[in-house]
Amino acid sequence: MPGFSFTHLEFLAWAALWTVGLSVIAFVGGGLLGFVVALARVSASRSLRIAAIVYIQLVQGTPLLILLFLIYFGVAIAGFDAVPAIIAAGAGLTVYSSGFLAEIWRGCIQSVPKTQWEAAECLALTRWQRMTRVVLPQALRLATAPTVGFLVQIVKNTSLASVVGFIELSQAGKLINNSIFEPFTIFIVVAVFYFALCFPLSTWSRSLERKLNVSRR
Amino acid sequence: MHAPVSAKAVVSLSNVHKSFGALKVLDGVSFDVGPGEVTAIIGQSGSGKSTALRCINALETIQEGSIHVCGHAVHDPALDRRALRRDVGIVFQSYNLFPHLTVEQNIMLAPTCVKSMSKAEARELAREVLARVGLEAKAEQYPEQLSGGQQQRVAIARSLAMKPKLMLFDEVTSALDPQLTGEVLKVMESLAAGGMTMILVTHEMAFARRVASTVIYMHQGKVWESGPGSMLDRPQTEELRGFVGSGL
Repeated sequence: MPGFSFTHLEFLAWAALWTVGLSVIAFVGGGLLGFVVALARVSASRSLRIAAIVYIQLVQGTPLLILLFLIYFGVAIAGFDAVPAIIAAGAGLTVYSSGFLAEIWRGCIQSVPKTQWEAAECLALTRWQRMTRVVLPQALRLATAPTVGFLVQIVKNTSLASVVGFIELSQAGKLINNSIFEPFTIFIVVAVFYFALCFPLSTWSRSLERKLNVSRR
Repeated sequence: MHAPVSAKAVVSLSNVHKSFGALKVLDGVSFDVGPGEVTAIIGQSGSGKSTALRCINALETIQEGSIHVCGHAVHDPALDRRALRRDVGIVFQSYNLFPHLTVEQNIMLAPTCVKSMSKAEARELAREVLARVGLEAKAEQYPEQLSGGQQQRVAIARSLAMKPKLMLFDEVTSALDPQLTGEVLKVMESLAAGGMTMILVTHEMAFARRVASTVIYMHQGKVWESGPGSMLDRPQTEELRGFVGSGL
């Protein structure tokens, strides 16, 4: 029986690119959606705030695996053709990320001191101007480190996309194992790939945290 | 448009009541401030003086009574807050400069956002108001690079840039040491001399006595005593006597 070869490594590297791609989709999609939900979460309108809370709680209270199944099979049941795996996986991860990013960013927005809102309000700025010109620039500074930290979670969680048939790093590892039955070797290599993706991110997050803590708020 | 109670007054409070839950903070406060007058509100912590100031700027809502400020009916739930804030500047004890913006950007923000002024015009305006507080040289610096006194003077300049008809000062020197307090008070005194209508909540009794046209002593949410600065030399009530005695 042939062992683990360069071809397998190539296959894994190719699959790792899909992991990166899926992570980017999840981060960009989740970021956009999460930003809107975070704004709704701190909005002046009570019904918007409640809607945002319900959304965040639902997303955070549902396992990503189930979210992926719901989207993958839900769309088919709703009468559409089976969705391509990348769409289902991308949508599931987007929803998942948006629920967490919204809550991280809500915290950052609310940790900008209330006196900053007040000062901006007393200068006759509109609510939107207060938010975009005074509060968000300060919240951004606070948000950078935890946001990059959450990126690591996204990268690792893309492994669940294999359940809807999406071939990313983990799924590629399983496929190779099905043909050569060397699970330990294969999954060590897979783990190394994940580590190589995540380690720079978490190092970056930590250094951002240090940098932003010592410089001005 | 609601006409003010007294056509002459810039600010007019009439029988203002305000509670935080069960705690009565303002208990029937009335006073008028005419154009160009400097009114100093003094009193112990918890006497309601800061709350009274915040009510004038609609940062707090009142339960009873009326407040008219520069022709705005502040007690009216339909109040246009932004219109009010274009006429009224406020300076806080904790400066509240925007830490992510330079001194100049702090000052330019409101004129460009609210009055649609061009960047060039706003920059010129910033230089002008910074000159009035003696800080032209600091335009490019960030707030954290300045001393407390300088930050407070920038905060005053930031308010002045909106060309307010009334300036409110909420214990603006309480966080400063005596030397820095002096430089801020000097700026306020020159504003007063320039005819600005001002209401200040302060612990600086000597300053109140010298600069204020009217001193209001608040106690337990009421205007306990009021009169010209010289009133502090001849307190009529036991409470003010005690306060002046302990304060000096």
